[in-house]
Amino acid sequence: MTTRDRGDGRATAQADHFDSYYGRRILKPPTWEAATIGGYLYLGGLAGASSVFAAGGQLTGRPRLARAGKAAALVGVGLSLAALVEDLGRPARFLHMLRTFKPTSPMSVGSWLLAAYAPLVGVSLFTDVTGRFPLAGRAACYGAAVLGPAVTTYTAVLISDTAVPAWHEGYREMPFLFAGSATATAAGSALIATPAAENGPARRAAVLGTALELAAGRLMRHRMGMVGEAYERGRAGVLMRTGEALALAGAAGAALSGRGGRAAAVLSGAALMAASACIRLGVFSAGVASTQDPRYTVVPQRERLAGRLSKT
Amino acid sequence: MGFFTDTSVCIGCKACEVACKEWNRLPPDPPFQLTGLSFDNTEQLSASTWRHVAFIEQRKPVREPSGGEQTSDQRWLMASDVCKHCTDAACLDVCPTGSLFRTEFGTVVVQADICNGCGYCVSACPYGVIDKRESDGLAWKCTLCYDRIGEGMVPACAKACPTESIQYGELSELLDRATARVETLQREGVTDARLYGHDPDDGVRGNGAFFLLLDEPEVYGLPPAPMDTTRDLPAMWRHMALAALTVAAGIITAFAAGR
Repeated sequence: MTTRDRGDGRATAQADHFDSYYGRRILKPPTWEAATIGGYLYLGGLAGASSVFAAGGQLTGRPRLARAGKAAALVGVGLSLAALVEDLGRPARFLHMLRTFKPTSPMSVGSWLLAAYAPLVGVSLFTDVTGRFPLAGRAACYGAAVLGPAVTTYTAVLISDTAVPAWHEGYREMPFLFAGSATATAAGSALIATPAAENGPARRAAVLGTALELAAGRLMRHRMGMVGEAYERGRAGVLMRTGEALALAGAAGAALSGRGGRAAAVLSGAALMAASACIRLGVFSAGVASTQDPRYTVVPQRERLAGRLSKT
Repeated sequence: MGFFTDTSVCIGCKACEVACKEWNRLPPDPPFQLTGLSFDNTEQLSASTWRHVAFIEQRKPVREPSGGEQTSDQRWLMASDVCKHCTDAACLDVCPTGSLFRTEFGTVVVQADICNGCGYCVSACPYGVIDKRESDGLAWKCTLCYDRIGEGMVPACAKACPTESIQYGELSELLDRATARVETLQREGVTDARLYGHDPDDGVRGNGAFFLLLDEPEVYGLPPAPMDTTRDLPAMWRHMALAALTVAAGIITAFAAGR
């Protein structure tokens, strides 16, 4: 009955005319707050990849890079747990997560992952700063580095395993987008916190991470078809474009800052971190926006039905 | 056990909405407002509205039975919506606390004392049914009157329905009845009559609540081809594992390249 966006030049022929109940949304928008759960997605990435940097620094004799990685990981995981509790409303509610273990629930898997990872990060930084129990500290640091990559990418599964069109349709590329974004942001924090003598790996990782972040993001939106529009419009569009511009600037700065001074490295690092934050929040906003308009639910499902009929 | 909602005999009296609210002692959905959407001021299912009657005003020629004279160029569709109690229920799969469970009647129910208000089920539901209640921060939806059917009673909405638009019973029995009803309507010239949510081969492997509709599902605010999201979960875990290895490999490369 209600047709929306009729005459919108960008819409496809099928997207141009569709039925809905007075234009009302079909799906419920996520109950999650952008600040807490959007932040949670970002901080988990910062923490997980920073743990890998910490282990690399420890292995290759770069103590300041190692310590910066451990500190960033602890700040990241600490704040992300705080954001999760804030979203749940009460700390005791987090304990309900540990009542059971369910492989069908990415949130359950993630809770156990964080429950194993957070103490390792805490121990590794504590022993580094105090100089006590160095052996346990090294073991904890390597343990955190083994779990770290999973901490950075499970959040992509967490949001993709929903009916939210802009999240679910991207489930193949989302983990790689998060992987690149986490690598770039951890590299950014290392660039800010470590002297030039030790920041070589961070400079190279900044470029690698940014390349993956931008490529996975582009591929994801392209493969989604019309749902990809949710990433280009409104608040999500602004965040994604700002994030991409900052990422390019940050990666270029990181690549060129090798001979440059501290100021260039710090500036590039800050740009990389801001870029990742913008892109994660952009992904979050695009998901919310894609639940608000019934078009994103009806049109792809109609296309799927038409495809199934034409095959039989 | 489940529901068959035959919208062709719904008269939009909202007795089901009220009976559900009364029996389950559901709070109002604040704030009350007149929506201007025909006679629908409820708008959608929510944490505190487990049955919702949609009113659709359509410009469509209405004919007498068996393709006779055109009697009007406007028609009304009324339909009572409810939780679908999916066979493959995404809400139940993603719940991290085990608060959502499958009952002995094959229905899906939330345990309020276990729910921690994470809201994952809300985003997982492909029908937009379950929601978080603002006052207590917990997720709520239709229980198919778990407390009543356990005592051998009929769910409150089905009990209150004056036209038998809402029928409760064994799913196979309901499906036989529904199929016969669609055939009757088709024979009488109502060619748009179709069943929705009854097919065990659909994206959620069939519903514990299915419907007889007189138009496309999206006209009623229902998704045309909903999918249980956890169907893709094994592929998601594989992509995640590969991406995690990419993080490790990327950072190791960044360390190794400088040597």
